[in-house]
Amino acid sequence: MENGEVILKVENLVKLYGLNKQSARELLKKGADKKEVLRQTGVTVAVNNVSFDVKKGEIFVLIGLSGSGKSTVIRCVNMLQQPTSGKITFENQNIGSLSKSELIDFRRTKASMVFQNFGLMSHRNVLSNVAYGLEVRGVKKEEREKKAMEIIAMVGLDGWENKSILSLSGGMRQRVGIARALTNDPGMLLMDEPFSALDPLVRRDMQFELLSIQRKMNKTILFITHDIDEAFKLGDRIAIMRDGMIIQNGTAEEMASNPADDYVRDFIDSADKSHVLCAKNIMITPTSLIHTRDGAGNALNAMKKTGFSSTYVIDEKMRFVGVLTLEDAMKARAENLPIDSFIIKDADRVAPDAVVADIMPLAAHTRFPIAVVDEEGRLKGIVSKAAVLSSLS
Amino acid sequence: MPEWIMHFPESIYLNIKDAVDRFVLYITVHWDGFFDAITTGLRSFLLYINKFVSHIPWWLLIAIVFVLTLKICKKVTKAVLYSLMLFVIGAMGLWSYMNMTIAIVLTSVVLSLLIGFPIGVLISASKHADSVVKPILDMMQTMPAFVYLIPAVMLLGLGNVPAVIATTIYALPPIIRLTNHGIKQVDAEVVEAAEAFGSTKWQMLIKVQIPQALPTIMAGLNQTIMMALSMVVTCSMIGASGLGSEVIIAINRLEIGRGFSAGISVVILAVILDRITQGIYKQKDGETDGKRRSHFKSRKSGQALRFK
Ligand SMILES: Nc1ncnc2c1ncn2[C@@H]1O[C@H](COP(=O)(O)OP(=O)(O)O)[C@@H](O)[C@H]1O
Ligand SMILES: [Mg+2]
Repeated sequence: MENGEVILKVENLVKLYGLNKQSARELLKKGADKKEVLRQTGVTVAVNNVSFDVKKGEIFVLIGLSGSGKSTVIRCVNMLQQPTSGKITFENQNIGSLSKSELIDFRRTKASMVFQNFGLMSHRNVLSNVAYGLEVRGVKKEEREKKAMEIIAMVGLDGWENKSILSLSGGMRQRVGIARALTNDPGMLLMDEPFSALDPLVRRDMQFELLSIQRKMNKTILFITHDIDEAFKLGDRIAIMRDGMIIQNGTAEEMASNPADDYVRDFIDSADKSHVLCAKNIMITPTSLIHTRDGAGNALNAMKKTGFSSTYVIDEKMRFVGVLTLEDAMKARAENLPIDSFIIKDADRVAPDAVVADIMPLAAHTRFPIAVVDEEGRLKGIVSKAAVLSSLS
Repeated sequence: MPEWIMHFPESIYLNIKDAVDRFVLYITVHWDGFFDAITTGLRSFLLYINKFVSHIPWWLLIAIVFVLTLKICKKVTKAVLYSLMLFVIGAMGLWSYMNMTIAIVLTSVVLSLLIGFPIGVLISASKHADSVVKPILDMMQTMPAFVYLIPAVMLLGLGNVPAVIATTIYALPPIIRLTNHGIKQVDAEVVEAAEAFGSTKWQMLIKVQIPQALPTIMAGLNQTIMMALSMVVTCSMIGASGLGSEVIIAINRLEIGRGFSAGISVVILAVILDRITQGIYKQKDGETDGKRRSHFKSRKSGQALRFK
């Protein structure tokens, strides 16, 4: 399956808790809301006619207040909860029609879950917690521990593999939780408020880490949160839930610019936008770009074409080297020297996930638009002072 | 005023005694082979364990208690104290009686565990089984210990084997209850996680529920051992040998000193077994957060007092 194709499809999902489901359903059909149904029939409408798609390689965020039905939706995806009605399709396979053993197989290989309170087994150490999924699958000890060690190193827990879970801090425990899910190499991660139990500072670290893991491993993630800042930071697309229904579904930008109703607007207004928007949201592609091996002439041509008085320099691997100004390029040509010694190599640079709040101090005194550079040092785009300021209004 | 208002009318008489008598008679006659088989099997099991226990030299047993206490309770004073207490039993000339008592208690505890643990697991998994077993357990725990002696004697006669049976039944409830309780109180999210990672029911039980419940199950085992020990004297009335029979003989002959030394030996055994097994589950408890299961603390001390 290619990135961007629909990997998970949820159609008209309904989950009711209670006895009198039939009359509850009729009331719902007539347009009664959750409160009305509960009053008349005693049935709790946890999820009411929810539909959405998740595309391969994206982070899809479900957000809503406590009790809005988020957990129920995610639990229906791996059948920890039996849907009352509706259809869930994963990689073109109808989850509802799986037999018992097919379902177990699905859980072992296709979708792994990360829990709010970690759900780790205190009688096992870090390593055997992480290897649990492979263990129940019947993978040999040596092999599963090798794989688990790889993932443990990736989430930054190497050296802790033989420690007891109880000796770990909350952030580290959730790293174990994430590692356990990744070790299965699932098609999709189901994360139910994974960072809600963590301190704000630790939470920020973990969000950043999750993004870098997601990019490294190209994982599809269904992510649940009640924190709009977290949703905006992580979500490629976001769905807002209320009383068991999705009220709006789209990208953070769409939602911020065009909220479906007051509920969504309130939600979004509660977000601190400077912490919501990242460099990658406001960056533009640099129009003039040259290679280190280019001569000063090429550099001058590039600048002439775009009308800017500086250009960004990258090496053969697209890595950002620095900025070359018009004067320096002319000097290089006059003295017939390679441009290398004229490049301003300490030009400001930020990560794609750097939030605007963090870019602001840089933007205040920078001479050129700030380069946005990924972990491998590749130039992804540039952020101008104007873009930073206008993103806040 | 008619007589029946103040006194229960004699004309109403439900003859249960005779029915039960007849029932037991019927069973003893027709199920003879069955009970013979049980008696024979249990007797050889008991003999085997007794042989095993009495083959342990006295100094080795004292050394084992010393090392175990040191390892589990982590206090030299306790280790020395318990070894000394055990030594005193020998010094009072009761070592071989103690061996017999240990053999009976050990046999009963093993049987209780073999029967009770699976039942505990079963009722933790099935509401149906739970609703059947719970009232039986309630009844068993309110039943005076003596009552268990009657059917054991009727069906199996006098001796060590009926004593083992009565003790086993009497000691059964705690291990069932705490196995059930331990499994049910495993953190729901942990169970859900195991399910979400594709555990089968069996894997869930073996890899998650039982290990997570182990401290509670050990607490149940501790209580079962204590219950079994508390039956030692009672069971001597149906012919169980060991320390208990010494107490009974002493009572019959009004030999206070003899009764006291046998009685104090039972208490010593109880204290040592209690502290060591408690130490084991307390240790386990420490590994699993310690916040749970504090409600068992109330049983901690005072257990041994029941034997005086
Ligand atoms: N097992 C259950 N039995 C009855 N009602 C439930 C159960 N689980 C959840 N609910 C109800 O369903 C609704 C949605 O719950 P949940 O999905 O946990 O919401 P969220 O994760 O968004 O906080 C709530 O009103 C909750 O009370
Ligand atoms: Mg929830």
